[in-house]
Amino acid sequence: MSAPSREGGVEHRFGEYGGQYVPETLMPALAELEQAWLQARADPDYLQELDSLRRDFSGRPTPLYHAQRLSERVGHPVYLKREDLNHTGSHKLNNALGQVLLARRMGKRRIIAETGAGQHGVATATVCALLGMECVVYMGTQDTKRQQPNVQRMQLLGARVEPVDAGARTLKEATSEAIRDWVTNVESTHYVIGSVVGPAPYPALVRELQRVIGEEARAQILEREGRLPARVIACVGGGSNAIGAFAAFVPDEQVELIGVEAGGDGIDTPRHGAPLTVNSRAGVLHGSRSAIMQDEEGQILEAHSISAGLDYPGAGPEHAHLRDTGRARYVAVSDAEALDAFKAVTRLEGIIPALETAHALAWLLSAPGGELDIVCLSGRGDKDLAEVLGMGGD
Amino acid sequence: MSAPPVSGEQRIREAFAGASGRAALMPYLMGGFPTLADSMRIGEACVQAGADVIELGVPYSDPLADGPVIHAAGTAALAAGANLAGVLEVARAVSEGVPVVLMCYSNMVFAPGVDAFLERAARAGVSGLIVPDLPHGEAPEVREACERAGIAQVPLVAPTTTPERLAQIGADAMGFVYTVSVVGTTGERRALSEHFAEVIARTRASTQVPVALGFGISTPEHAAQAADAGADGVIVGTRLVRAAGEGADPAGAVGALVAELAAGLDAAR
Repeated sequence: MSAPSREGGVEHRFGEYGGQYVPETLMPALAELEQAWLQARADPDYLQELDSLRRDFSGRPTPLYHAQRLSERVGHPVYLKREDLNHTGSHKLNNALGQVLLARRMGKRRIIAETGAGQHGVATATVCALLGMECVVYMGTQDTKRQQPNVQRMQLLGARVEPVDAGARTLKEATSEAIRDWVTNVESTHYVIGSVVGPAPYPALVRELQRVIGEEARAQILEREGRLPARVIACVGGGSNAIGAFAAFVPDEQVELIGVEAGGDGIDTPRHGAPLTVNSRAGVLHGSRSAIMQDEEGQILEAHSISAGLDYPGAGPEHAHLRDTGRARYVAVSDAEALDAFKAVTRLEGIIPALETAHALAWLLSAPGGELDIVCLSGRGDKDLAEVLGMGGD
Repeated sequence: MSAPPVSGEQRIREAFAGASGRAALMPYLMGGFPTLADSMRIGEACVQAGADVIELGVPYSDPLADGPVIHAAGTAALAAGANLAGVLEVARAVSEGVPVVLMCYSNMVFAPGVDAFLERAARAGVSGLIVPDLPHGEAPEVREACERAGIAQVPLVAPTTTPERLAQIGADAMGFVYTVSVVGTTGERRALSEHFAEVIARTRASTQVPVALGFGISTPEHAAQAADAGADGVIVGTRLVRAAGEGADPAGAVGALVAELAAGLDAAR
């Protein structure tokens, strides 16, 4: 396996994590994808098209916003990296733009994706509409229910939403079903995986497409404050907004990197989505080895979170490696705490955050200390209104 | 650990050689489906009806290579309380008649530690191991542990496998090469893929071990076609798992289908 490296190839392994645990049928497609990506990222035409779509279609660079009242509340300056202001309302468009452009270069005509909260599905459906490509999105039926507005958006955009009724009917099953579709249609189809999970080269590919978050934020904070932040805080389901926010800061060892997982009913119960925080045994899920929630025999357990985007029993392999090496720290926030932060930040800042993002904000609100923080505001929360109001939000 | 007196690989080779001049018939059954007792009887019925090797599935929460029928059977087996110990009981019973090849997803092999997993399997009489989500590049650890345990690590090749990969996989193969006939997951198809003969031929050219064809073989006619095209073995899964889930007498239903498949292969001899 290739050693981690910044230039040249693409990492297959992050320490003991990562790899390519997929049916043989997919192996040539993974090699083809890796080659296409290595060529594309060295091709000025690809990079220019991606840059121009990021600027004119998505609205990048996104602002780094000094959240005054939130800062007052926690007692130190807090900046929000406003990924919610991307077109489609989250960081997911960064990855979808890069991958669908790549798929078109590879001559693929059909795009598939999995989605939990629906944000990745909407982003992928959006780029497919833009480029005139066929799009199928797999989504658990529990999620089609709790994220109904996003289902309607995807359908309006011309995507077919395939409901998945297996297991807990959430992101894990949607991902498994998307992989089965890819095994069947690999010759015509590109699978736009939505997070830094899956077999190599996906975790590295998605990180490279999301690292724009941290690169912009780093330059912005240096311009605004003349120094680096003490902490960068982001929520972690699979972990793509977090890796995107962290990547540019990893070499800055004085910057603490904090990933906030879904604590669900509490990490002392089985109902959570926090494999990194609770130090779950490593195992294989969806093509890579990482921290996953599993039983003694290796059956994958069902995760639980109020937030569909964090309701996943695994996390990206690079996160597991960042944890083991001590470069990043992972913590968990319960459903109730996330819900409180959702409401609090909405009223403090006039910004309705996604329930996923509310986990990062909840940790900020509850954790003592801090001096200069950046929180990745990964997405907007309009999609969550029904869920929040249904739970007695006022 | 000392190797068992007859290694799994040897037992599998003998089963291919001893298939009375026809292609080996290799039924798949899902351990613990519809119940553990039923799957035990199904295995015995398969042996009675002419199976040469039994492929025994270990139910798994996230079977990425399986289509809806086997996926649902695995889910039902888990819901009915199936676990590895139960499936290995089936292996122990069936392996008294014919060699058993376990089909098990990688996380279950890794969870207890590869050596510990294989030691348990070997003690239960398992002769071979197929891990459908462990491609060649990830396989060395498991392959070496299999050699220590006297179990054949059976690789899969697909129609999409490149010639370079095929050469490596074929050279390292133990027991037999599981040749996937279609680009896709397990499941019944109306006809064999148009390229199945080519897929068999190129696998055969890459390896010294027998070549078995699977995925999409569901009728005696398909089995005979695969044998005619040179397959040393034919694997039938979804059709049998479907039958196991349908009737009041799962073992009888599966046994009858296996007898028909055996007759199809006899006729093709």
